[in-house]
Amino acid sequence: MTEALLELRGLRVSFRTEQGLVQAVDGLDLTLQSGEVLGVVGESGSGKSVSMLALLGLIDDPNVEIEGEALFRGRDLLKMGERELRGLRGRRVSMIFQDPMTSLNPVYSVGWQIAEQIRTHEKVPKRAAQRRAVELLESVGIPDADRRVGDYPHQFSGGMRQRVMIAMALSCSPELLIADEPTTALDVTIQAQILELLDSLRVDVGAAVILITHDIGVVAGLADRVMVMYAGRAVERATTLDLFDRPQHPYTWGLMGSVPRLDGDKPKRLAAIPGQPPSLISLPPGCSFAPRCPHRFEACDLTRPALEARASESHLDACLLPADARAAAHATQLAAARGEG
Amino acid sequence: MTSLLEVIDVSKHFHTGRGLFGGGDVVHAVDGVSFEVQEGETLGLVGESGCGKSTLGRCIVRLHEPTGGSIRFDGEDITQVKGKQLRALRRDVQIVFQDPYASLNPRRRLGHIVGMPMQVHGMGSSSEIRERVASLLRLVGLSPEHINRYPHEFSGGQRQRIGVARALAVNPRLVVCDEPVSALDVSIQAQVINLLDDLQDDLGLTYVFIAHDLAVVRHVSDRIAVMYLGKLVEVAPAEELYRAPVHPYTEALLSAVPVPDPRAPRDRIVLTGDVPSPVSPPGGCRFHPRCLYATEICCREEPPLIAHAHGRVAACHHPLNVAPAPVSA
Repeated sequence: MTEALLELRGLRVSFRTEQGLVQAVDGLDLTLQSGEVLGVVGESGSGKSVSMLALLGLIDDPNVEIEGEALFRGRDLLKMGERELRGLRGRRVSMIFQDPMTSLNPVYSVGWQIAEQIRTHEKVPKRAAQRRAVELLESVGIPDADRRVGDYPHQFSGGMRQRVMIAMALSCSPELLIADEPTTALDVTIQAQILELLDSLRVDVGAAVILITHDIGVVAGLADRVMVMYAGRAVERATTLDLFDRPQHPYTWGLMGSVPRLDGDKPKRLAAIPGQPPSLISLPPGCSFAPRCPHRFEACDLTRPALEARASESHLDACLLPADARAAAHATQLAAARGEG
Repeated sequence: MTSLLEVIDVSKHFHTGRGLFGGGDVVHAVDGVSFEVQEGETLGLVGESGCGKSTLGRCIVRLHEPTGGSIRFDGEDITQVKGKQLRALRRDVQIVFQDPYASLNPRRRLGHIVGMPMQVHGMGSSSEIRERVASLLRLVGLSPEHINRYPHEFSGGQRQRIGVARALAVNPRLVVCDEPVSALDVSIQAQVINLLDDLQDDLGLTYVFIAHDLAVVRHVSDRIAVMYLGKLVEVAPAEELYRAPVHPYTEALLSAVPVPDPRAPRDRIVLTGDVPSPVSPPGGCRFHPRCLYATEICCREEPPLIAHAHGRVAACHHPLNVAPAPVSA
């Protein structure tokens, strides 16, 4: 097998706070191949963003503790010095954030900002960098790019700013692009434009993409594989088709049932997940989803389930329910949700 | 059947940056919008940011004065009511806000927050109010033991429940829900949607449900009104709107929603460009610069709202999914 582009082994991120130790990411394993698109789905506090920030050394907090390994082409990012990381970030690994307004510098023109990034990583004359900036803006669909390259961030709309961010992220043809809720702040018609753009770029640029989102609809249309996270742990990982055809973890079922859909018949009631996510300071000793799970049994409170292949070789989940009982349990959960109304 | 709420040709314009000698721009946030809401019904109001849906919602509860047009509640014109009458109106019409963090006073205890509306309206002695606060908390799924806690001790979903309890405290007939779930995580969002659903069944409430999420709106609404740049472009029964949208904007909006099914056909209609500025909206049909079907007439003439089959109403020169000759509904 070829060497993985990115491999996380037991990544743990914790924060020391006055209330106690917050376990934001609790042992995350992951392998990503070149050119692959991985969707990471979870609610706030599930650790999806924090884990990515941690491996790029972007958590600037003296109270953070990061353990484990994050191998990028075989080299551990967590052991790299700031200098080496700087050479990597923005060149071989890029990140797009949710809010394009706060991630752009308001006092420099967008062209200047893109050119600066190029010149930081490559020895090119100013002129050439500026020309590349125009081409990049064109490639992400900004009309009239050679004029707009001199405009400032506030002169762009939200969708256009996100395009600028994407152009900047792609400026050095990264091998890995991490997109953290890239469309959450955008209106739905603008979201469609950006998703279309990301989809076309992955083909053109050939970068691997980690797409972080809370919207399983976004993942369904774009990702090859999906990882579902809950309370700092991965609870299910599978190919996108597999995950939607045969979801295995009760949390995944709950997530899918919670979302109102435009396709298909309208259910009388949404199959909401009762209760709230647990506090990351005092995670239950067993399965962290157990307190909210309708299928919980004694073992769930005692044993922490590992992420293992149970349904098939490529379909991993962290649930103690016997694999052959899953389908029936899922069916009863769906029926119960509908029947209550 | 009489309508509980009638919105008749309502406009709301804001003046920006107007100096001592005039000048400045006029933002046409809402421009000539009309619709009715029946008792016990949920009307969904959807559109993208800046389309005027929240401004309209605030006009309905009289947090904004409309610039033009009139709003009738239960047959009475409430556009101009003041003083006592306005206070009486507040008992009937309440609002739940989007941000459960900004809409609760951080320095007041839960009992005070939920009990205040009853105090203002003189709805019983303090012990009676306390009792009713407890029952309201139970109604929205919170524990009455929490009555002495402060807002920061609650999660986002719980805070939104508090906002709902406060709105219901005065037994309103109409509740305007302004993006009540968009700040919440999906699993919590579903809980609050189910709660609003149950409350409507139990208390016979009428909702105006404002949201940008079309799937959420479809789930809760009986009828849906779609707004674009201050204008109403389409109103239709919920299922009809999704089955056969008449306005090209509705069609594009629906197709843009990501479907949680990897096998779903991806025939997304991707609108080009951005929403134009409401300071100088385009002439003719306001959607024409982004419309796939726009022709010359669309730039020239503003299309009126026309009734089509199956209770659908739309403002378009080139309506979709309708018989060649418009049937009056």
